[in-house]
Amino acid sequence: MAQRAAKDYRGSIKPIWCPGCGHYGILSAIYQGFSNLNLNPSEVVVVSGIGCSGRLPGYLRTYGFHGVHGRALPLATGVKIANPKLTVLVAGGDGDSYSIGAGHIPHAARRNADLTYIVMNNGVYSLTKGQHSPTSSPQLLSKQTQLRPLQDALNPIAFAVACDVSFVARGYSHARNELADLIIQAIQHKGFALIDVLSPCPTFNRVQTSDFYRNNIVPIASNHDAADKFQAFIWANETGKIPVGIFYKVRKPTLQERLEERRIQSGREEMSMRNLFEKFY
Amino acid sequence: MPKTDFVVRIGGDTAKDPGIITTGEIITHAAAQSGLHIYTFKTFPAEIKGGQALFQVRIADYILLSQGDAVDVLVVFSREAYELNAPDLAEDAILIYDSGNFQPEPVTNRIDYGVPLAEIAQNQVGSLLSKNIVAIGVLTAILGIPREVMAKTIGEQFGARGRAIVETNLKALDAGIDYVNQNKIKPADYIFQPITPLPKLVLDGNEAVSLGAIVAGMKVFAGYPITPASDILHFMQRELPKFGGDALQTEDEISAISLAIGASFAGKKSMTATSGPGFSLMVESINLAAMAEIPLVIVDVQRGGASTGMPTKMAQGDLNIALYGVHNESPRIVIGLTSVEDSFYGIIRAFNLAEIYQTPVVVLSDQYLAPRKATINEPDLEEIEIIDRMIPSKEQLKNYRRYKITASGISPMAIPGIENGAYIAEGIEHNEMSAPAYTPQIHAEMTRKRFKKLETLTSSIYVDEFVRRYGHEYPEIGIIGWGSSEGVIREAVSKAEIKGGKVAALHPKLLNPLPVKHIMEFVRPLRRIIVPEANYTGQFAALLRDRCGINPIQLNKDVGLPFTPGEILAKIEEVAETL
Ligand SMILES: Cc1ncc(C[n+]2csc(CCOP(=O)(O)OP(=O)(O)O)c2C)c(N)n1
Ligand code: SF4
Repeated sequence: MAQRAAKDYRGSIKPIWCPGCGHYGILSAIYQGFSNLNLNPSEVVVVSGIGCSGRLPGYLRTYGFHGVHGRALPLATGVKIANPKLTVLVAGGDGDSYSIGAGHIPHAARRNADLTYIVMNNGVYSLTKGQHSPTSSPQLLSKQTQLRPLQDALNPIAFAVACDVSFVARGYSHARNELADLIIQAIQHKGFALIDVLSPCPTFNRVQTSDFYRNNIVPIASNHDAADKFQAFIWANETGKIPVGIFYKVRKPTLQERLEERRIQSGREEMSMRNLFEKFY
Repeated sequence: MPKTDFVVRIGGDTAKDPGIITTGEIITHAAAQSGLHIYTFKTFPAEIKGGQALFQVRIADYILLSQGDAVDVLVVFSREAYELNAPDLAEDAILIYDSGNFQPEPVTNRIDYGVPLAEIAQNQVGSLLSKNIVAIGVLTAILGIPREVMAKTIGEQFGARGRAIVETNLKALDAGIDYVNQNKIKPADYIFQPITPLPKLVLDGNEAVSLGAIVAGMKVFAGYPITPASDILHFMQRELPKFGGDALQTEDEISAISLAIGASFAGKKSMTATSGPGFSLMVESINLAAMAEIPLVIVDVQRGGASTGMPTKMAQGDLNIALYGVHNESPRIVIGLTSVEDSFYGIIRAFNLAEIYQTPVVVLSDQYLAPRKATINEPDLEEIEIIDRMIPSKEQLKNYRRYKITASGISPMAIPGIENGAYIAEGIEHNEMSAPAYTPQIHAEMTRKRFKKLETLTSSIYVDEFVRRYGHEYPEIGIIGWGSSEGVIREAVSKAEIKGGKVAALHPKLLNPLPVKHIMEFVRPLRRIIVPEANYTGQFAALLRDRCGINPIQLNKDVGLPFTPGEILAKIEEVAETL
């Protein structure tokens, strides 16, 4: 099969995102990552929740599922269980992923299904017009109320590391090549990978802007040992600058491997419906 | 005349008298292995340990439709259990009680046998724990159950726990039998006559649902523990991997149903099972499956009460949420399971309909049906029709439209992996190409397309399979019931008929789309319509008023317990007075 180009993954629908939206950069990085891995679009499923971010699957030529708000992870887990050969990418906004859907992250980590979760983190609820999200800056005045957040911001990287997500990274939507590289590594990683992608929303977030990120992002030191959970926590809790790169990466059994082991242990070879009926005589 | 149909009940405190349920199960299995028909009924205490429970089994040499009205043989170990269960006794009942523990006041016509059950267990068997098996021995002798039948059942029951345990229990069995013989206790005038047994499966409702789902080709199951549906989760975790499938306990019901939807989207038949509180959490996702047109089966094993309510009690209280639990409107199919056998075949039908119509199917069971055991003939797998979803042909994939508007409302569904079939399963209103679109015209067309599938079902051959009618040919009084009360209603109707009543019953198992045509035909000659249901407000009666324009007399029982045939019969007789 000839190498597929980034444009071969572009869907027929034109994105409705605002000009300058960080989500464009994420979409391009996904095209680039898929192209680099030469994935067959018919064997890729992109699952999303609701938000500006949730529209992502429609802009790809792969299979997709645009589900309800906050449930992309379990939906994607079902897809992967049903057909482990598929490459399954999950996308959600910071509200979708860290607020309404946050309860699924620890369990996705415990299952360790082979999924790549891209959190399109713009620090605000955009589709619903500018309310605070779990990652809003304490300085963010909400567009509608002109109030600052009442609740502290969540540290999604520290949360993911604490949950033992087996691959934890942070990227930036405008650093497209680096992001594409993270996406490639996340897809290649066997297990659940979470990439928190800083994605400016020029319409509703005047604090976490591209200027802000340009001045504050630093790569994680190249000698960081991603297998070291303690070091990962230290990087996750960096307060000055915002580190990007891979914080934590461990290999543990994937859900597919666990399920396959169950099937083997169950002695499926001898099983027939008749055998099962026998048990009820 | 000897009785060929009788009810045996064991009642006691699950902490002080361990083995109440096991005792009942052993008697049940002995009867089933003898080729007799059984119908069990249990109640559980709400406490984790301790509290009054009962296990009752009705045994007969013909097919049984209900748990019966009165108890013919009662075994109790304490005064508390005696007082709790005595009101349910038939006039000529046999009472077996632990005479080392208490002495009941005699009642005219009742036959009381005091047996020092605990004492025998302690002194002769050497294990106080075996007092329930001593009671089984007493029952074996009194009911005339062949010893070898009971011994075999006990061997099977305890086999897994080692030879020594089996030996102790057989000793207890014989101690009970010997006591009856030595004290010359008269055997009951009941016939426990092993008939040449056709091999029969002994299943409870949850097991029947589980087996049926596997036969239907289900490959992914996801659930979250909840009484009384958890046994389906356990069954699947044990058995599904053997059939190449996967079962998961998820973090909550929202995750369970989402996982099932994702798996079905990716081409595997999938299911989740829950009870009311979990079902409440699932409604948003059921709507998603309807909108995105994903086949899905959701089992709701209803339990009593609102909110956490009464987890270990029965009710038919979730009809409304099953029908209407959704914001806005979306098409779904609702099926009410009626018996253990119907649980097996009903769940297969549910999968078939989900696959054909690419929409969620809600299957209602309940706490009365799910744990009760019955014998059913082994299903003939060759005879069972299994239907898979329509996938697009090569031709259709050339310019594939996932949500193509068709005459039936059904559009071929591509599965990830199929070349040129890529599409987005959409919860947002969308056009034929699955692109988000909200124009008035598109929303109108797509809504019509999705609901059209229910019309297609209504006019299909499948509907007839879902309606059962029995009773008088030219009835004046008609009963329309749903769900697990079918057998009880049927028994009440035949009793009324024997007494000369012109009574018939209709039992639609399809609750949405409702088989209105069948119902209208049934009610045409009727002078009175009775709708019995185990809820407070009369949800099914309201549905019938709404869809069929009829005004039935409601018979509601909302106490956590099922109807008895006698209660329905009494209502029939009361209504007959008004004719
Ligand atoms: C159950 C439910 N609650 C609320 C909403 C409304 N809603 C839609 S998107 C959204 C949040 C969007 O924010 P985020 O997830 O951060 O994505 P973004 O739009 O910023 O990309 C909310 C609250 C909904 N669709 N469903
Ligand atoms: S509102 Fe913000 S997140 Fe949404 S499309 Fe516009 S810029 Fe992007």
